[in-house]
Amino acid sequence: MVANWFAGEGDDFRLLGTRCTACACVFFPREDGFCRNPGCAGGELAEVPLSRRGRVWSYTDGRYRPPAPYVSDPELPWEPYTLIAVELEAERMVVLGQSVPGVSVADLEVGMEVEVVPGVLDEDSGTTWTTWHWRPVEVGA
Amino acid sequence: MTTEVAVLGAGMHPWGKWGRGFVEYGVAAARAALADAGVAWRDVGSIVGADTVRGGYPGYVAGATFARALGWQGARVASVYAACASGAQAIGAARTQILAGMADVVLVVGADAAPKGFFRPAGGDRPDDPDWLRFRVLGATNPAYFGLYARRRMAVHGDTLEDFAQVKVKNAAAGALNANARYRKAVTAEEVAASAVVADPLRLLDICATSDGAAALVLSSMEFARRHGAADPVRIRAVSTVTPTYPTTVLDLPDIATDSAAVVAPADGTFRSSIARAAYEEAGIGPEDISLAEVYDLSTALELQWYEDLGLCGEGEGAKLLRDGVTAPGGRVPVNTSGGLASFGEAVPAQAIAQVCEVTWQLRGTAGARQIEGARVGVTANQGLFGHGSSVVAVR
Repeated sequence: MVANWFAGEGDDFRLLGTRCTACACVFFPREDGFCRNPGCAGGELAEVPLSRRGRVWSYTDGRYRPPAPYVSDPELPWEPYTLIAVELEAERMVVLGQSVPGVSVADLEVGMEVEVVPGVLDEDSGTTWTTWHWRPVEVGA
Repeated sequence: MTTEVAVLGAGMHPWGKWGRGFVEYGVAAARAALADAGVAWRDVGSIVGADTVRGGYPGYVAGATFARALGWQGARVASVYAACASGAQAIGAARTQILAGMADVVLVVGADAAPKGFFRPAGGDRPDDPDWLRFRVLGATNPAYFGLYARRRMAVHGDTLEDFAQVKVKNAAAGALNANARYRKAVTAEEVAASAVVADPLRLLDICATSDGAAALVLSSMEFARRHGAADPVRIRAVSTVTPTYPTTVLDLPDIATDSAAVVAPADGTFRSSIARAAYEEAGIGPEDISLAEVYDLSTALELQWYEDLGLCGEGEGAKLLRDGVTAPGGRVPVNTSGGLASFGEAVPAQAIAQVCEVTWQLRGTAGARQIEGARVGVTANQGLFGHGSSVVAVR
């Protein structure tokens, strides 16, 4: 679905962004075509892994089934998912993602430490769509 | 001032779910605005349409679509798209033509027939489209972003669910007095609390609906207005259509992440606050001069954010402003006297124009049961997907 947004297994799993070789600005989702810093004449964009851990900036959930292109089986009852916006200290950016299954808004607080882990967005008989999930560090141990 | 244009006419088609096409709504609003202005369609030198993307092919050529429906008469034409800021950009284009001397009278029209349920991106696999990606990868609907902002306000500023509910109570009470509003019924805080959660912590009655609807304005040069017998018309003094400044540090629709601020220091203030600041600077006024504001209450919590972004209060003080009654009718700066999107719902190309209609009626003193006392300066605020600022300052 989207290529090279993340890579690795287990503790080595990382979100992948790009960094401008001229001004060092980091982009996620990866920006491969152009550096978006208005003060930069533009450099090569090189792949860079993002910090594995961050702190919850905010969170919410989806109590109603989102429309396509989100993939979900209309035959099954809707299971709300949780969305977490996570502040990465080193990159000074906020990255949105779904939580690992089983984590609800009741389990979260702004400022809580979370880490990125591999996850499954959806699967059918032929395909598994992988993604990244945020997991509270306390829960994840 | 030479940078002003006159608002000669304002008109709407009532908002709701009417089941007809956007052209019909737009033509009704246009005719209402022309009648209000006392200007014949044949005398309009230019028409600017705010595009709807969901009306099929004619939606992308809104200006010409409305011109054809009103009867081809050879006017200059333009169509603009800036998501929710489309209406403000249409006003901006019309104003630019007038100030440049390219047209004396310009008709601005925005209309939409909204689909049911969540707004969604157009079909097809388009992984190069950030709006498509946020749905596909995250299932992040518009209310999901509103929920994130609301929860963040609760954590950082101490806003409560009751504060959010009181925004709905206030706006629904105003909307009950507005014949153009879709919802014309008072709402209690208990009813908000009893409605279903959509995106924690926001409930159905915290979030605006989608609607059919239309709004139109007849704008002219000040000289034309005087010749036309309007010696003291409502005047538009500023139209802000700014873009953000890199790096943007507030997670915003439809983005999956903010810009990184690790290398480039962010500018003072957020994108939303820069929208108002640009309008104030252009108008030569400040927030202390404002008599009323129409802001983009996509959610109850977002209205409180706008109070701060408009400079009506300091950061984190939005809920206090509401609690003190400052933004209610009779307060120092009534906000969303029209009833806001809480009462209208979203008809995307029309809503920024509808905000200016309400300000016009308030500044004229013709807002009927909604009228506030002594309004001299009104401001509107709105924000379009993909980085479109929108704010209009009108004076009397």
